[in-house]
Amino acid sequence: MYRYDEFDRRFVDERVAEFRDQVERRLTGALNEAEFKPLRLMNGLYLQLHAYMLRVAIPYGTLNGRQMRMLAHIAETWDKGYGHFTTRQNIQYNWPKLKDVPDILEALATVEMHAIQTSGNCIRNITSDPFAGVAPEEIEDPRITAELLRQWSSLHPEFTYLGRKFKFAVTGSEHDRAAIKVHDIGIQIVRGEAGEVGYRVLVGGGMGRTPMIAKELRAFLPKADLLPYVEAILRVYNLHGRRDNKYKARIKILVHETGIDAFRDQVEREFATMDRAAVTAPEGEMERIAAYFAPPELTEKPSAPVAFERMKTLDPDFAQWVERNTSAHRVPGYVAATISLKPIGGVPGDATAEQMRAMADLAESYSVDEMRITHEQNVVLPHVALGDLYKVYRGLAAIGLEAPNKGLVTDIIACPGLDYCALATARSIPVAQAISKRFASNKRQREIGPLSIKISGCINACGHHHIGHIGILGLDKAGVENYQITLGGESTEDAALGQRLGPGFGYDELPDVIEKIVDIYLDLRQGRRETFLQTYRRVGMEPFKEALYATAD
Amino acid sequence: MPRLIDRLGPAEDIWTVLGAEDPLPSSGSVIVALERLDEALAAGLELGVHLPNDTDPERVKPHFDRLSLISVDFPSFTDGRGFSIGHCLRALGYEGRLRATGPVISDQFDFLLACGFDEVLLPDSVAERQPPEHWAAAEGRITLGYQRGLAGRGSILDARRTAGDG
Repeated sequence: MYRYDEFDRRFVDERVAEFRDQVERRLTGALNEAEFKPLRLMNGLYLQLHAYMLRVAIPYGTLNGRQMRMLAHIAETWDKGYGHFTTRQNIQYNWPKLKDVPDILEALATVEMHAIQTSGNCIRNITSDPFAGVAPEEIEDPRITAELLRQWSSLHPEFTYLGRKFKFAVTGSEHDRAAIKVHDIGIQIVRGEAGEVGYRVLVGGGMGRTPMIAKELRAFLPKADLLPYVEAILRVYNLHGRRDNKYKARIKILVHETGIDAFRDQVEREFATMDRAAVTAPEGEMERIAAYFAPPELTEKPSAPVAFERMKTLDPDFAQWVERNTSAHRVPGYVAATISLKPIGGVPGDATAEQMRAMADLAESYSVDEMRITHEQNVVLPHVALGDLYKVYRGLAAIGLEAPNKGLVTDIIACPGLDYCALATARSIPVAQAISKRFASNKRQREIGPLSIKISGCINACGHHHIGHIGILGLDKAGVENYQITLGGESTEDAALGQRLGPGFGYDELPDVIEKIVDIYLDLRQGRRETFLQTYRRVGMEPFKEALYATAD
Repeated sequence: MPRLIDRLGPAEDIWTVLGAEDPLPSSGSVIVALERLDEALAAGLELGVHLPNDTDPERVKPHFDRLSLISVDFPSFTDGRGFSIGHCLRALGYEGRLRATGPVISDQFDFLLACGFDEVLLPDSVAERQPPEHWAAAEGRITLGYQRGLAGRGSILDARRTAGDG
């Protein structure tokens, strides 16, 4: 894991002191509310429906036990005893007081964490693959690149007052678990013709009210050119991106209106003429960062230890959890274990301080003191030996986080919605809870197979509904919550935007509607191996439309 | 309240901003709008030009040697195009005085300096709330940044190399 050196530490400490001063200047009136707002946003502080909300950065979703304990401590000391893990691998606190925020930031700095640029019209937390450094097919750990980008983008003098927020995601594997195609810039680590490692750069993806799949800007970028190249992209965007309408201010609109080829010409021209040496990371910097992400020394172990196999036989619930919630590790005898933060009827992504501490314990004891937050709002223990897996499972069961539902119908993503958010037009959390309860049976969930439901409480799409196999978008129709359904969205390397099913449904109708959609799929699928998405891609929208709207009449 | 501030503190503004209809003076230092640049160049004055923030910086490059000052418009402090324009003007070789004109805030001072600006000209509405000591305190508040700016704070990347732990 990356560790701060003296320079990183001073940077964050000074940033906290600066924010403390900004809060004071707001209170004296030296800064008016309009001036203070972007400053607090760039320190992670939103004003929500009922209170302030503080979003803490978890760079590329990686954290250790000590950091998780601090998150628990903050939840207990300055909030209501819980936190909410987000789709961008961060954590949000929903009830901090403005006067406490400088203290919270100071506490975070003691464990090498911050809330810098988790909001505002700037470059946001760099997200990555939760299985970074673990996945067998990975070319290179994407967190090395993500950390380089984190540093480059932190308080960048030229790019901190952009037209709109700007999101990067990096993957080191061809199988994309970082949803790079729906980011402003998506970076895929690839091999060049001579086997050298470099980047494929995508641009202009995003969700929100105008969802778009990112386009390829560069098929291969030499590694050393990364910072100058993204600087060229940002410069073109900052100079030419629209400022007349905040809903058209993202880079996806600029790319769309300019055309990818003309946009590429602009970027390449800037890249060719700029002083690249002034931006390129000095020799050795990448290696310095890479050393922190050196794979932990894990001793190869048997791939089916006797005790482990025995426990699977004795405890079928454990066997189910292993089957669903563990993923392949590059070292034989180990897995990455996903802790589902989606217990039946729970709030997706929420964890109490007690649960956070228990997860920290498990990480310290059984996962080389490492955890990852996923964009599906779950937590991963990346390096667990099969022989330790039952202890991990029991530990999770003790805190109610043993749901064997990773990737299944109850592994729902939901934004905070009308329960917290000032922008929301409808509730999301209770919708997720109701659907989760409807599909509570593990047997039924397994029968249905992989199916992602994603729920947004407004058109801004924080709940990623566009890329859910089933997407749910909550709107306000003349004062009544109305939910539009989309089908066929997908977030991975074959990313697709969901298509609208038809007129929306009422809040109370939703569990029935979702159940109906699932039943239609079960009827239509060609064998148990055909997933919901495959069936949808084969049969299209019509059968779903017919069945739903025919019955509704 | 002083409206013009640079790294040394409040400064006297020797420049006259020429209105669209004002006749060109016969001497002195004047800032003209971009549309009047050609006319003013012919008059042989000490010259500055004010650029709206949608101006292509290349547009003024041919006149760099005649321009003692370029003022970049910041219509609001959240409109950050001016940062890139400042950067581009310096990258294109402009060596004269670079001014940010508009309601920028002291918290942006380091960013402006790093993008090549020398000074800010504030409207009264900002100047009266943000006295020169706020600007002085803001400068160098973050000692080292992660980028190599043109001026202002130093770079962590370089400091690491010097410290020998790279």
